[in-house]
Amino acid sequence: MSEKVILNVLDHPNPGTLANYEQVGGYQALKKILAEKIQAETIIAEVKASGLRGRGGAGFPTGLKWSFIPRHFEGTKYVVCNTDEGEPGTFKDRDIIRYNPHSVIEGMLICGYTLGAKVGYNYIHGEIWAEYEMFERALEEARAAGLLGKNILGSGFDFELHAHHGFGAYICGEETALLESIEGKKGQPRFKPPFPASFGLYGRPTVINNTETFANIPYIIRNGGQKFLELGKPNNGGTKIFSVSGQVNKPGNYEVPLGLPFRDLLAMAGGMREGRTLKACIPGGSSVPVLPADVMMDVTMDYDALAKAGSMLGAGSVILIDDRICMVRALERLSYFYFEESCGQCTPCREGTGWLYRIVHRIVQGNGKLEDLDLLMDVSTNIGGRTICALGDAAATPVQSFIKHFRSEFEHFIEHKRSLDGCH
Amino acid sequence: MSLSAASLAKIDREVSKYPTEQKQSAVMSALRIAQQELGWLSNETIQFVADYLEMPRIAAYEVATFYNMYRMHPVGKHCLTVCTNLPCRLTWENDAGAYLKQKLGIGFGETTSDGKYTLLEGECMGVCGDAPVLLVNNHKMCSFMTPEKIDQMLADLDKP
Ligand SMILES: Cc1cc2nc3c(=O)[nH]c(=O)nc-3n(C[C@H](O)[C@H](O)[C@H](O)COP(=O)(O)O)c2cc1C
Ligand code: FES
Repeated sequence: MSEKVILNVLDHPNPGTLANYEQVGGYQALKKILAEKIQAETIIAEVKASGLRGRGGAGFPTGLKWSFIPRHFEGTKYVVCNTDEGEPGTFKDRDIIRYNPHSVIEGMLICGYTLGAKVGYNYIHGEIWAEYEMFERALEEARAAGLLGKNILGSGFDFELHAHHGFGAYICGEETALLESIEGKKGQPRFKPPFPASFGLYGRPTVINNTETFANIPYIIRNGGQKFLELGKPNNGGTKIFSVSGQVNKPGNYEVPLGLPFRDLLAMAGGMREGRTLKACIPGGSSVPVLPADVMMDVTMDYDALAKAGSMLGAGSVILIDDRICMVRALERLSYFYFEESCGQCTPCREGTGWLYRIVHRIVQGNGKLEDLDLLMDVSTNIGGRTICALGDAAATPVQSFIKHFRSEFEHFIEHKRSLDGCH
Repeated sequence: MSLSAASLAKIDREVSKYPTEQKQSAVMSALRIAQQELGWLSNETIQFVADYLEMPRIAAYEVATFYNMYRMHPVGKHCLTVCTNLPCRLTWENDAGAYLKQKLGIGFGETTSDGKYTLLEGECMGVCGDAPVLLVNNHKMCSFMTPEKIDQMLADLDKP
């Protein structure tokens, strides 16, 4: 069994509690930093050395992101955690909040200390109320133990952390929409630049990272960046939690070293359910390109290998599609999702996602024409890169990759007005 | 109108999380709390919340209409939101939405004639490994919803 950084808490009693977290070295990193008054530069250097890349989807190097914050700026700064996961296929942050909320709290504390921020917010996806309450309880526990609030552990360092509850809007996972949402507004992404590092929450310098990103920080400080890097592979440091969904025997979250062969991950998830063959896989959540099974079978699960194979690691949300799923209907559902969730701010996305959905829908209704496939490609290329945020690109990606790899299935549907035999 | 003292206390707790001049940050929670008490958000309720938080009424209305989990019309006693997104749909043999439609005799967006249930179609709830899933009254997540488990859930909700 390979070493785990976050879900190792499951090997000890009562995961989710402070006592459980202390069994795996919880809050040792914070204590060390406060006791030894470790310099912000040293912490950032360690995070950089770890090769940690943002786990929210874009894979941006975390140490570099932290270094953009104006550290000598005297005013208020904020640390924000993104637990708004709602991209189809993504469900890892929920388990982190359930089983290891304190790693997120400690990670945010360390970030706050490093950047000179005294307040943080964790934005939690609307539909997971039970986890929101769990996080609130973990905050209470940390406050009672003197790990949050004023003069933490007698060090003179103050940090307060709050949970903010979302209410059903995928777009709020986009970092600037999330900030607008915390400000009590519609979740419409902001034009960038300025980036949150200079103009974030309430217009203040803000670091925003994914839940899993923060949860990795304590390990990096406790064990050194190099140790974390070596858990994975060069440029792809550490372990990663993969959320495996679809018709496998054991769907769920698997924390494994980055660079693990996809075959091994599939085997861990118990393989495809009886009688089913893998047809396709969306390896990083619905916004990354789908890949056919034969390509998947030869890739390793890390940022670089998946990019080389023509897709992306995204949030590590591995959607497994078996040979009984109709790719046309699958695309119809995903296209509906982006149409429904577009915030409506940019015309190419607002109108384009509607076009994409209506065209795929018309094919499913049996009214498609072969030219529709070119029209879909044309509309999708006209959204990508022409919008304020990446939701537009995210809507275009499934359309382009589904048609690229499964064109014959679309042609069959258009010609025969139904799915391939035996597909649903 | 006003909300109950218990609801107002909950809203005050939310307000305390944000800088004093940023009361508006509590609007999402305040609307959720109001909805939990009253079942849905009327214009009057939204106005009350806006006034309570000293923010423009239109801004509160914008929030209420932007996020999917607010109910802008009266709904049944229990709202069942079924996730129909792709990962949940991959377990198509257990189509929780189809089963509930047939069992309750209503479609998505409809309420049973006895006013007990409203059935809604939801987007990914971030729990796809538990597919198929549905959310009861915005607060309770139900996982691996086979027909047997749906029957059990309805029986439990029917209990007085
Ligand atoms: C439409 C859209 C949805 C997103 N949803 C999420 C999300 O649910 N969780 C998340 O961490 N990042 C999400 N992101 C990415 C964030 O904008 C941001 O890159 C991320 O939170 C940064 O944290 P990281 O560097 O630790 O990954 C989303 C981006 C877009 C464009
Ligand atoms: S697709 Fe149903 S919870 Fe994600």
